[in-house]
Amino acid sequence: MSYIPQPRTTMLGRDPSSVPLEDIDVSQAALFHSNTMWGFFDRLRKEDPIHYCKDSEFGPFWSVTKFDDIMAVEGNPEVFSSEPAISLQDPDEELNVSMFIAMDEPKHGDQRRTVQGAVAPRNLANMEELIRERAGAILDALPVGETFNWVEKVSVELTTQMLATLLDFPQENRHKLTYWSDVATQVPGPGSICATVSERNQILIGECVPAFMGMWMERAASEPRFDLISMMAHGEATKNMAQERPMEFLGNILLLIIGGNDTTRNSISGSVLFLNENPGEYAKLKANPDLITNMVPEIIRYQTPVIHMRRTATRDFSLKGKDIKKGDKVVMWYVSGNRDEEAIDRPYDFIIDREKPRHHLAFGFGIHRCMGNRLAEMQLRVVWEEILKRFDKIELAGDLVRANSNLVKGYTELPVRVQPL
Amino acid sequence: MSKITFVQHDGETQTLDVENGLSVMNAAVDNLIPGIDADCGGECNCATCHVYVDETWMPKVGLPGAMEEAIMSLNPERQSNSRLSCQIKVSDELDGLVVNLPEFQY
Ligand code: HEM
Ligand code: FES
Repeated sequence: MSYIPQPRTTMLGRDPSSVPLEDIDVSQAALFHSNTMWGFFDRLRKEDPIHYCKDSEFGPFWSVTKFDDIMAVEGNPEVFSSEPAISLQDPDEELNVSMFIAMDEPKHGDQRRTVQGAVAPRNLANMEELIRERAGAILDALPVGETFNWVEKVSVELTTQMLATLLDFPQENRHKLTYWSDVATQVPGPGSICATVSERNQILIGECVPAFMGMWMERAASEPRFDLISMMAHGEATKNMAQERPMEFLGNILLLIIGGNDTTRNSISGSVLFLNENPGEYAKLKANPDLITNMVPEIIRYQTPVIHMRRTATRDFSLKGKDIKKGDKVVMWYVSGNRDEEAIDRPYDFIIDREKPRHHLAFGFGIHRCMGNRLAEMQLRVVWEEILKRFDKIELAGDLVRANSNLVKGYTELPVRVQPL
Repeated sequence: MSKITFVQHDGETQTLDVENGLSVMNAAVDNLIPGIDADCGGECNCATCHVYVDETWMPKVGLPGAMEEAIMSLNPERQSNSRLSCQIKVSDELDGLVVNLPEFQY
């Protein structure tokens, strides 16, 4: 029998305590768009931490909501596979790109090892000055006395420049990177960046692949350098990839662009919001800029830019007494685990001098733990060091708009005004 | 109590008296020894507590378990004497253990 979608209970606007437990469906993007998912997750953590949703837009799925249980799933990749997909949405049959984030061992490790070195802290130290200069130039150009969208003018600009630096991609074409990332991540349709699937595929296959293929050829023919493309073009497990497995090549490039795009962007935006919501913390920061290093992981926890990652059970498995069947979708809700009071003290408070601030789930854990985590932290640190040198305050000056997604937790608009020192 | 010595990447050395039963990672974190991040808090799930065990101690410390091996194998700086310090339990047998810290954690 084919799967016939039924009219479902909408969670939006409902009091979390009024919905029968078995009808709770936390996969609805509207909850995140409206920032009203918290109560649903609080209830699941308390009453049914490993929860079965029998019907959703994405079919049935399990929700893992507590910190320690998420860690246990991450730590058991033989049972909880990253194939065929790592989000609730199943892979797109039309565009069969493969990324190592969605592969199991041994392929995942073989590919990750070849690029991991590019983001080694030693390498990041070399890139830091360049990133600092570029961040400074962006901040110096901000319109003082005007209200503007921080997301567009700062967060997007900074992350795009950083990605171009990392890939040694021509700076003048850097906006292509964000564009391709958006093309690859947004579901095509009316009002989306691409109206149709074929338009999207045309852009990725017709524009993105040739551009990177050209860079690849050039890097392969030159001495090894420290950008990610060069490292892949010379790496043992990856050097034949572009010619022999072009969809895998596209996948890895997209993974690096996507991985470092929305996530860092939304953390930069979130940091401005959180400091406005917590003037006491803002004052603490200004009195003691050394707190930046400690604040950065707290920003990332508090934001949790990746809402969930999904696994698929490779066999029947009992998780805390719940019988998960082979083939079931198992969703780790990082956003919920990062508000788990049993793992994090006062989880709903943004505390820039929190003890052990890196004890959070925003980068995941286990073998797929974010490869860019030190890079992301470095960027946020540099941005705040440069902000504090220039501005007395970044002040929220209007209503923000949140992303309409159950995967990317972020902002499309954050109107602000800047006050110079 | 057993003595554990931490050698920083720049050669600086610190020796601690550690209660048996604790992990080498616990000892470092509790005593603010720099260079061990331990983001996951000892769950063998982050590999940011990586150390190089002094070669002469390897037979006593032993080889990594399967999970530890899986996560450590992703580290390009991994060597034959690499271990995750949260997985090394301090005991009388390890009294005098020397571990070297890597230049950085991933
Ligand atoms: C605040 C910023 C970021 C956040 C919150 C974040 C979050 C994540 C998460 C949750 C995962 C999956 C972890 C898991 O399944 O256990 C991941 C994987 C990954 N991230 Fe990030 N990320 C960030 C920045 C970056 C940057 C800047 C890069 C660029 C190099 C990057 C590259 C990757 C890659 C390549 C993977 C796949 C790792 C694997 O499967 O082995 N990320 N990230
Ligand atoms: S502390 Fe995370 S692996 Fe040891």
